Amino acid sequence: MSSFSQVLAWLTDLSNWSGTTGIPIRIGQHLAISALAILLASLIALPVGIAIGHTRRGAGLIAGAAGAARAIPTLGLLTLFGLGIGIGMTAPLLALVVLAIPSLLAGTYAGIGSVTPAVVDAARGVGMRERQVIWRVEIPLAAPVIIGGIRAATLQVIATATLAAYISDQGLGRFLFAGLKTRDYSQMIGGAILVIALALLAEAVLALIQSLTKTYVAHTRA
Amino acid sequence: MTWLRLNWPQVLQLVGDHLALSLPAILLSILIAVPIGYLAVRLRWLGKPLLLTATLLYAIPALPLLIIIAAVFGFSLRSPETMIAALTIYGVALLVRTAADGFDAVDGFVRDSAIALGHSPLVIFFKVDLPLAVPVLISGIRVVAVSTVSLVTIGALIGVSGLGFFLTDGFQRGILGEVVTGLLASVALAGLLDALVFAGGRAMTPWVRVVDSQPKLGVAK
Repeated sequence: MSSFSQVLAWLTDLSNWSGTTGIPIRIGQHLAISALAILLASLIALPVGIAIGHTRRGAGLIAGAAGAARAIPTLGLLTLFGLGIGIGMTAPLLALVVLAIPSLLAGTYAGIGSVTPAVVDAARGVGMRERQVIWRVEIPLAAPVIIGGIRAATLQVIATATLAAYISDQGLGRFLFAGLKTRDYSQMIGGAILVIALALLAEAVLALIQSLTKTYVAHTRA
Repeated sequence: MTWLRLNWPQVLQLVGDHLALSLPAILLSILIAVPIGYLAVRLRWLGKPLLLTATLLYAIPALPLLIIIAAVFGFSLRSPETMIAALTIYGVALLVRTAADGFDAVDGFVRDSAIALGHSPLVIFFKVDLPLAVPVLISGIRVVAVSTVSLVTIGALIGVSGLGFFLTDGFQRGILGEVVTGLLASVALAGLLDALVFAGGRAMTPWVRVVDSQPKLGVAK
């Protein structure tokens, strides 16, 4: 294993920060594939989660998806899609979308489902249509929990995007795999530190957004 | 299926390796997380920072964590110790919150009665808090068992033997049957441990079934 100073040397070496395989490009790729995966997964999971939470039907689907998501190894999904689809962006992206869906579903369903039934009835009582009940009552009240689901999904996607580098030339994981292959421990540990920093930063930002929505909902309620 | 038929001795061997990594990690997670969860409830000032640390630890991606653990503790990257340490960190991070929830849900009157009877804190923990928290703890341990088994596959990326080998080896050699076998074997193993923990929990809490099967007063119409 290399010493701390060697890792620091790798992290501060300017040549690692430039070019098409430099650290900024890799961070950009990592964030781009993560954001795209979350966006696509949200397009699928949020409407389904809202529908299940609103109608309170099909909750078994949520529990099943959550259980399956824990049991299915992410590496298995990545290698399976990698073999089936081939080298490129599509396979890791698709795997990340599949992985993000259960957390998003669970958060959305829990959020909508936890809205007090009396409030929903009151909204109907003042003449709101179902669409208005969903958009103007349930979604605003459920926002902190829904964002909690997005937070969990984002963390998982950022972590798994590291493994995506195993089947494609994408993201910060490249430094880890390149380091593993050539036994370049400075590169490996340096890359690991970058991924961890990115994950913790994302966690902090999302936690902040979540607590801001909570305060907002609490104020509008009062 | 052909691939599985030709290679089942290796499948069995890797299932063994997989268990040899998962089981110690799951046990260590329980032994570490349950007391921490208890402390988090009993000492409120300690609770928040403990749970925050758990959340942050869980946010660290697996592969980088393995590399950092090997570097920090001086383990060889390919050693089982590295893998078990990483799995235990995730297991503890997952379980601490559930354990805290479980102990928090113990009825205050029951605890107060135990205190009034003159039981020592140690006796209250083992005879009152722990048994009453078991159902919630079991639900947390099931999550830990399943996610640990699934995480062990990552070990293949650093050369630790387990079912993940079928995923990387199958991917590199382009054998779909091998990847599918590794995936399904890991899922099956996770399901098996989940069922065992569930059954163990039922056996440990016979009173839960007695309460459930009795007609609930007030609800009956």
